[in-house]
Amino acid sequence: MFQTVSTFLPELFLAFTASLLLGFGLSKTEDRSVIVRYISVGILVVFGLMGFVLDRPAGTAFSGLLYNNDFSDFLKAIIGFSAAAALLLSKHYFQSEKLDRYEFSVLTLYAVLGMSIMVSANNLLSMYIGIEMQSLALYIMAAFNRDSLRASEAGLKYFVLGALSSGLLLYGASLIYGFTGSLDFETIRASIELSGPKNGVIAGMVFLLCGLAFKISAAPFHMWTPDVYEGSPTPVTGFFAAAPKLAAMAIIARLITVPFGDIIGQWQQVIIVMAVLSMVVGALGAIVQTNIKRLMAYSSIANMGYALVPLAAASVAGVQGMIIFMTIYIITVIGVFATILQMRLRNGMVEQISDLSGLSKSSPGMAICLTMFMVSLIGIPPWLGFFGKLFAFYPAVEAGLTWLVVIALLASVVSCFYYLRIIKTMWFDEPTREFIKAPRSTRAIALIAVLLVLPVLILPGISGGGIGLAEAAAQALFAQ
Amino acid sequence: MLEDLPILSLITFIPLGGALLLSLFAWLGKADGREQLERNAPRAALVISIAVLILSVVMTLDFDSAKAGFQFMEDTPWLGGGIEYRVGVDGISVLFVLLTAFLTPFCILASMTSVKKRMLEYMIAFLVLETLMIGVFVSLDLILFYLFFEAVLIPMFIIIGVWGGKNRVYASYKFFLYTLLGSVLMLAAILWIYFYSGEQLGERTTDMRVLIEELKIPGGVQTWLWLAFFASFAVKMPMWPVHTWLPDAHVEAPTAGSVILAGILLKLGGYGFLRFSIPLFPEASLSLAPIIFWMSVIAIIYTSLVAYRQNDMKKLIAYSSVAHMGFVTMGIFTFNTQGIQGGIFQMLSHGIISGALFFCVGVIYDRMHTREIAFYGGLVSKMPVYAAFFLLFTMANVGLPGTSGFVGEILTMVGAYQVNPWIAFGAAFGMILSAVYALHLYRGVIFGEVVNEKLEGILDVTKTEAFILGTLAFFTILLGVYPSLITDVTSASVEKLIADFNNAQIAAQTAAGGVN
Repeated sequence: MFQTVSTFLPELFLAFTASLLLGFGLSKTEDRSVIVRYISVGILVVFGLMGFVLDRPAGTAFSGLLYNNDFSDFLKAIIGFSAAAALLLSKHYFQSEKLDRYEFSVLTLYAVLGMSIMVSANNLLSMYIGIEMQSLALYIMAAFNRDSLRASEAGLKYFVLGALSSGLLLYGASLIYGFTGSLDFETIRASIELSGPKNGVIAGMVFLLCGLAFKISAAPFHMWTPDVYEGSPTPVTGFFAAAPKLAAMAIIARLITVPFGDIIGQWQQVIIVMAVLSMVVGALGAIVQTNIKRLMAYSSIANMGYALVPLAAASVAGVQGMIIFMTIYIITVIGVFATILQMRLRNGMVEQISDLSGLSKSSPGMAICLTMFMVSLIGIPPWLGFFGKLFAFYPAVEAGLTWLVVIALLASVVSCFYYLRIIKTMWFDEPTREFIKAPRSTRAIALIAVLLVLPVLILPGISGGGIGLAEAAAQALFAQ
Repeated sequence: MLEDLPILSLITFIPLGGALLLSLFAWLGKADGREQLERNAPRAALVISIAVLILSVVMTLDFDSAKAGFQFMEDTPWLGGGIEYRVGVDGISVLFVLLTAFLTPFCILASMTSVKKRMLEYMIAFLVLETLMIGVFVSLDLILFYLFFEAVLIPMFIIIGVWGGKNRVYASYKFFLYTLLGSVLMLAAILWIYFYSGEQLGERTTDMRVLIEELKIPGGVQTWLWLAFFASFAVKMPMWPVHTWLPDAHVEAPTAGSVILAGILLKLGGYGFLRFSIPLFPEASLSLAPIIFWMSVIAIIYTSLVAYRQNDMKKLIAYSSVAHMGFVTMGIFTFNTQGIQGGIFQMLSHGIISGALFFCVGVIYDRMHTREIAFYGGLVSKMPVYAAFFLLFTMANVGLPGTSGFVGEILTMVGAYQVNPWIAFGAAFGMILSAVYALHLYRGVIFGEVVNEKLEGILDVTKTEAFILGTLAFFTILLGVYPSLITDVTSASVEKLIADFNNAQIAAQTAAGGVN
C-alpha cells in the first residue's frame, strides 16, 4: 500500500490539485483564469521536480499497472517543464483573443496527468488509460477557440483520427491478450520468451505501433498534423509539439524494450520504415509551406523520424539518444512557438512566413532568437540541435544501420532549405511591417530557450550532467 | 611564460569574445548611440584582429619547427566518452593559423569604406568567422573539427546574403546547400570511426593523435570513409565538377567576403586532405590517387578555359582559383616531399595572391560599381600605382618566377612528374592557359585608351588601399625569393606524414602477403 502511494505520488498530486482547481474556478462567478493559470504553472513545476526531489527507488503501483523508475522520472520532469512553459505562453494570447478561461489550465493539468500515466505505464490497460486521458484533454484544447471554424475543424479532425488510432491500439492490445494471456508488460515478455513470437502477437504489436505512430505523427500516420497545427490556437500548437510527442515516444521506447525486447527483428523493420518515411515526408512536405505553423508541423514529422532512428538501434545508447534528442527538440520548439506568438500586428496575429520579412531590422532581438532556433533545427554545430543529432545517430551507426543514418543526414540537408528560407526572409528581405511588442513573459521564455540552444550547454560540466541523467534514464528502462 | 598560456585557445576565442562584446554594446546601448557604435565597430574589430595577429606571430616564432609532433597542446574534458576539447598545431597547420590571422585585419580594413550598411553586424559576423576558421586549423578532435568546419557556413551565409550583390540570395543558398551536403556525409564517417575506435583500441576516442598513430581501418571500409571525407573536402576545395558554387558565391560576396572565401575557406579542403584523408586512410588514398590526378588536371585545364571566357572580373578570378586548387590536390596526392610541400606552399601563396586580386577588383568596384571587364580599359593612365600592383599580382597568379605563385606550382609539378609525367605535362599546359586568361584580364582593364568617359574622373589608390596591397605585394615577393620561410616550418611534419604513409603501405602489403 505504502509503495503504491509513494510511486503514484506525483500523479496523485496532479489529479488532486487539478480537481481542486476545477472546483475553485467553478465556485465563484468572477473570472479566475489568471490566478488558476499561475497556480497551475506552479503545480507543473513542482510535479516536474518531484521525481528528483523524492528520489524514490524504482517501484510498482496498483499490482504492476504502473512502474516508476529513473526513466519515467526524467521524462516527467521534461513533460512538466515544457507544459509549464506552454501554459505560461498561452496567457497573453488567450487574453487578447478574449478566450481566457480557467478550464484551459485545468485541461493542461489533466493532459499532463495522462502523459504521466503513459510514461510510467507497465500494462497495456494503464497505457491505454493514459493515452485516452491525455487525448481527451487535447481534443478540447485544439478546439478551444470554439467560434473559429478552423479551430473546430482542427479539433474534429484530431478527434476522429485520434479515435481511429485508439481503435488500432485496442485491437492490437486484444490480439496480444489473446495470444499471450496477459496485458502486463513483463508477463507478455515472459510468454513470448516461452513460446516464441506467435503471428498474433506480432500482428498485435504492429497495430500497437501504428496506433502510437498517430500520436507522434510519424509518417504514414501524419496526415492530421499540419491541419491541427494550423487550426489550433498557437499556444496549444506549441504544447502539442512538445510534451505529448515525448510521452508517446516514451511509451514506444518502453514497449519495444520491455514486452517486445526479445523480438527485435520483428519491430525493428516497422520502426525503420516509419523513420525513413517520416524523414522524407517531413523534409519534402515543408518545402512548399507558406504558413509557419504548417511548416513547423512538417518539421515535427521529420524530427520524429530522426528520433525513431536511435530507437531502431535497440540499445541503451539508442534510448539515451532518443531522450536527449527529444529534450533538445522540445526546448527548441518551445522557443520557436514563443517567437511565433510574438508575431502580432495591431489587428491580430499573423502566421505567414512572408510576414517575417526584414525582421532583423524591425525587431532584431526576435530575429536573432528565431535564427538561433532555425540553425539549431538544421543541426549546425555548435548549436544544441547538432548534439541532439549526434547522440541520436551515433547508436544507429553502432548497430550497423549506417545507411539509415546517411538517409537521415541527407533528409536533414533537404530540410535545411526551408529553415534557411525563414532565416533568409528575416535577414535578406526588406521589412514591410512591424510587430507590436510582445509581453515580457513570452520574450522571457524565448530568451531562456535561446540561452539553452546556444553553445552554453556544451561546456563540460553542464553537458556531462545532462547526458548522465539521460543515460541513467535509459539504463533504468533496460534494467526493468 | 608562453608555456603556461593557453595560447591557441586565446587566438581562437579572442575574436568570438570581441564579437560578443560588440553585440552586448548593441543590445545595451541606447538607440541614439547606434550611429556612433556603427562608426566605432570597425575600429574595435581591427584592434581585436590585430591582437590576434600579434599572438599568432608570437606563437609561430615560438613554434619549434624541428619537431614533427603537435605543439601547444591543450586537452580539456568536454563531452565525455573520448570526445574532448583538444587543440594543437604542427608544421602543417601553424601557418594556416597565421594566414587567417594575417588576412582578417586587411579584410576589416578594406570593409571600412566599402561596406555601406549595418557595419556593426558585419564586423560581428567577421569576427565570429575568424574564430571558426582558426578553430578548424587548430582542432585535433574529429568532433571539434566538424563543429568548426560546419559552423563556418552560418556567418558566411549571412555575409553573402546580407551584404552581397544583386543575386545574393541564390548564391548564398547554393553555397550553403552544396557545402552542407558534402559535410553531412563526413559526419556519418566520423561517427563510424568513433564507433570503430572503441572496437579496435578498446576505448572510444576522437583524438586525432591516437587515431593517426594507432587506428588501422580495414582496406575496403577505408574506401567508403575516404569517399565520405572526400565529398566534404572536394566541395570545399572546390574540385571539378563540384566547383560551380564558387563563382556564384564570389561574384555576389562583398570584397572582404571574397578575400576570406578565396584566401581561407578554400584551404579548409586541402588542409582536410592532409590532416585527415591521408593519415587515416592511407591505402584508400593511394588507390584513389589516380582519380584525383585526372580530376585535378581537368580542373586546371577546363576551368582555365572557362576563366578566359568570363566577362566579370570576379568570376574570372574565381575560376582561376579553382584551377590553382587543382595544383594543390595534384601535389598533395603525389605523396612525395616536393608534391606535398608544394601543395601547402601553393595554398598559402594562393591565399595571399587571390586575396590581393580580389582587393584589386574591390578597389575599382568601389569607384565604378561594376565588374564588367568591357567597362574598363586604359586605367594605366589614370591609376598608375594601381596598375603596378595589379600587374604584380596578375603575374604572381600566372606563376612568374620571383613570385610566390611560381614556387608552389613548380614544386607540385616536380612532385607530379615523379609519379606520372603526363599529369605534370597537363598541369604545365594549364600554366600557359593561366597566362592567357590573366593577361586577357589585365589588358582589358589596364591597357589601351580610356574609351569610357565615366572613367575620366577615377582616382588612384588611397593610402589604406596602398597599404593593404603593398603589404600583400611584399609577402608575395618575399615568399617568391625566399620560400624556405614556409618550407622549413612545414618540412618536419611533412616528412613524418610521408613516413607514416609509407609505413602504412608496407604494413598493408605484408598483411596482404600474409593472407596469400
